[in-house]
Amino acid sequence: MIQDALDFLTDSRSWWGRNGLVNLTWNHVRLSGAAVLAAVLVAIPPAVYLGHIRRGGIVAVGLVNLSRALPTFAVIAFVFPLSLQYGFGLGFWPTFVALFLLALPPIFVNAYTGVSEIGRDVVDAARAMGMREHEVLRRVELPAAMPLLVTGIRVSAVQVVATTTLGALVGFRCLGTPILQAIATRNDGQLIVAALLVAALSLLTEAVFGVLGSRLTPWARNRAVETKARVQHAA
Amino acid sequence: MFANGPDSFIWWDWVDRNTDKIWARTIEHLQLTGSSVAIGFVIAMAMAMISLRWRRAYGPLAAVAGGLYSIPSLALFGFLVPITGLGFRTAQIALVSYTLLILLRNIVAGIDAVPASVIEAANGMGYEPWRRFIAVDLRLATPAIVGGLRVATVTVIGLVTVAALVGSGGYGTFIEDGLSRARGFSTPIVVGGALSIAMAVLFDAAFVLLQRAVTPWARRGAAGGAHP
Repeated sequence: MIQDALDFLTDSRSWWGRNGLVNLTWNHVRLSGAAVLAAVLVAIPPAVYLGHIRRGGIVAVGLVNLSRALPTFAVIAFVFPLSLQYGFGLGFWPTFVALFLLALPPIFVNAYTGVSEIGRDVVDAARAMGMREHEVLRRVELPAAMPLLVTGIRVSAVQVVATTTLGALVGFRCLGTPILQAIATRNDGQLIVAALLVAALSLLTEAVFGVLGSRLTPWARNRAVETKARVQHAA
Repeated sequence: MFANGPDSFIWWDWVDRNTDKIWARTIEHLQLTGSSVAIGFVIAMAMAMISLRWRRAYGPLAAVAGGLYSIPSLALFGFLVPITGLGFRTAQIALVSYTLLILLRNIVAGIDAVPASVIEAANGMGYEPWRRFIAVDLRLATPAIVGGLRVATVTVIGLVTVAALVGSGGYGTFIEDGLSRARGFSTPIVVGGALSIAMAVLFDAAFVLLQRAVTPWARRGAAGGAHP
């Protein structure tokens, strides 16, 4: 099996071309990035605002947690015919919608919790110093919430990178494509290489956000930062 | 979209003609989910007991469970097919391996969170260690354990849909069927997708109720917090 994997790795046809690993990895990263970015743009403004006014959060968190229960592949399947019917094509968009929904809850919940759980005394002190509401938000609440906020994005990104693989089932060319091919053709070498690439990509994502997190929050570096991400969905 | 024919989003005649099939797939989906979560729970409980007895074992055990969890589901099904063949058993092995991390973490965290004062009080009242573990430690850890079962069950319901790829039945079979038709046949895809989603949401809600029922003292459940 290891010999098969090495053979596959050393064959240049495995790497280049439309179905080569380089192109597939790029597609994989592109879709994952787009889904996480969309979730960040949609989730963070309302989460931070609700955290700031400290109201309506429980309801919002409950609603967002509902999407935690949505099985990703079922959502892909459900969106697939709609996407075809309305001319969005197969592959990219159904997978994008499902991944966006998968990415939403951790980002929203962490951003909301990060802002709403800042001590009232801290926020009141900022107000007493004469800060306006938007200054309180920008100069006090956002920086204080940053570690938790980045953690939320990291948890989502890692889940999304692993789950993008499923897009291959509806024809999106990503690292799931060689896995499906390998299952069909009984090519164990190809299967191992593609699966390890997905796992490596997840680990890389985790590492990149770890570094990003400590860069964005240099003041939190000396504190014991919890690094264990609670995981909800398997890919 | 609301037209009714083989080309529409959902063709109700097909649904009518296939009610017995839909029922059979529902049973398969439930059986695979229930048995995988049950086996996973027994194994995770044993791993948790070992971790609590010998603290140093927790790291390696969690690492093994975490490693299994990080294998993409498509790849894991693919690895298992040459070894265990197509079908129910193969899907079950993969699904059990995905529940371990979630359940192990929740069981250990739940029991760890039992206040030392409560344990001392129970010891002082003369509980023997094993009886105390069951009547006090496990009882107080119930919200976290049920929370873990909730996440594991909902996750497995979603993965059973993917497992249809290895011929294990369930709603995913409809999706595979629809996708494999030449031009794509939307109705079974939609039916399979919608029923999987409905089952997951239903179980999620049922576990919330169960969590409340088994922990009348804790109205604020363990689920729904931030991701630490």
